[in-house]
Amino acid sequence: MYRVRLWSVRHARGLNRVYRLLEDILTALRPLMRRVGDERLERPMAMLERGTKGFLFDCKMCGQCVLSSTGMSCPMNCPKQLRNGPCGGVRADGNCEVLPDMKCVWVAAWEGSQRIPDGVVSLQKVQFAVDRRLEGRSSWLRAVRQRLGEESAR
Amino acid sequence: MRFGDEPLPGDPLPMLPGHVSPGRFERVLRAGAFAVTAELAPPDSANADDVYARARIFDGYVDAINATDGSGANCHMSSMGVCSLLTRAGYAPIMQISCRDRNRIGIQGDILGAAAMGVCNILCLTGDGVQAGDHPQAKPVFDLDSLSLLGIARTLRDEQRFQSGRKLTTAPRVFLGAAENPSALPHDWRAMRLIKKIEAGAQFIQTQYCYDMPLLRAFLQRLEDLGGLDRVFLLIGVGPLRSAKAAEWMRQNVPGIHIPDALIERLRGAQDAAREGRNICIELIQEARAMKGVHGVHVMAYRQEETVAEIIDRSGVLEGRVPWYPGRDRQTPQGTDTQDKVAS
Repeated sequence: MYRVRLWSVRHARGLNRVYRLLEDILTALRPLMRRVGDERLERPMAMLERGTKGFLFDCKMCGQCVLSSTGMSCPMNCPKQLRNGPCGGVRADGNCEVLPDMKCVWVAAWEGSQRIPDGVVSLQKVQFAVDRRLEGRSSWLRAVRQRLGEESAR
Repeated sequence: MRFGDEPLPGDPLPMLPGHVSPGRFERVLRAGAFAVTAELAPPDSANADDVYARARIFDGYVDAINATDGSGANCHMSSMGVCSLLTRAGYAPIMQISCRDRNRIGIQGDILGAAAMGVCNILCLTGDGVQAGDHPQAKPVFDLDSLSLLGIARTLRDEQRFQSGRKLTTAPRVFLGAAENPSALPHDWRAMRLIKKIEAGAQFIQTQYCYDMPLLRAFLQRLEDLGGLDRVFLLIGVGPLRSAKAAEWMRQNVPGIHIPDALIERLRGAQDAAREGRNICIELIQEARAMKGVHGVHVMAYRQEETVAEIIDRSGVLEGRVPWYPGRDRQTPQGTDTQDKVAS
């Protein structure tokens, strides 16, 4: 929901902290997850993500979440699905070129990133092109695997 | 500017040490000249002569010609087609690639095809949304964005492989560019974002129209503070405004264009608004030229391309230099090379 999404950006600091904590918890639970098996966890995890992130961020389930590098503003809500910052078409009121009634996702990301420690620094990270095969899959499981070096970061 | 090793039109120039392309545009910039580029409006036709006629009006005034890729999301002849024609005549086209219409499979193929046709310069753009153009019912692709496109183009050139990792037998030798809009929000971010583009592979930048000089100056100052000045060749976007009404329309309807009220008032008060628009454009060019870290101008004179020669001439930025055009170096009847008199 649009208003919830804007709320989330205003509360980027707290939500980012929750995110970090969640990552730690999931990493700690990794041995248990391995026992159950990632393929069996995939669907319930994806459903959980769709519910929570969908509510908070209008998550589009790209499967490769970059929220903590974008001030908790989901870049997939950008009609051009830009992953690396705003296009040149941002309106004078900070709204989107394509959807004039929506605040530019990247203007929001800029504001949100000011609230996160090193948020602006992580905005500078060049994000690779989206891997479209991961759409609809759990990005939390993937993040944990990447953190533990079980999966490459690309 | 004349080089000692001028090729036959259509052939690549020999590559110089430290250069990435066998092209004229990179040479002009690296030689330290103040470069001039202009935007060619691609025809709504399948006629090569239309392309040459549109290029010819810039003869002797521009170092490179931008071929737009469905600009404003309107359908026209492809930038690939326009560029392929231009290279045959020896022009230095800058092929614009927008991420709106093709995915990474199409774009990577186009980069190889264009380089094989002699295209030496590529401008990586995100592209306007389909809602802005004449086919709003079309599917917007946006598989890549301008940054990931830059990265992929650089991988093709420097690592000689596709994004998939598959090897190329010959890499495209292309000079890579990107756009930036110093006038768009968030202002504080724009210079940082330019640096991000440099890091992703941009070697030259052509900006969106800059009508607000204080805003441009602040942007350049920020860029300097971040250590980004002179890490990239920066060409400032300018263009003549035809009338106060046209300026207001542009400001309202074209995404990302910021025109200060004072300029619009000046146009409104002028007896000959079109001439005043050209005067303003010349002043902007001269003002931009004096700024540190500016290496050229990019003139976008949509539907008034014939004014580019006058604007560049009166601005004096070429300082007597005559950029290459087909026939420039032809012998005169007296047997002397015309270029000798005007070479810088």
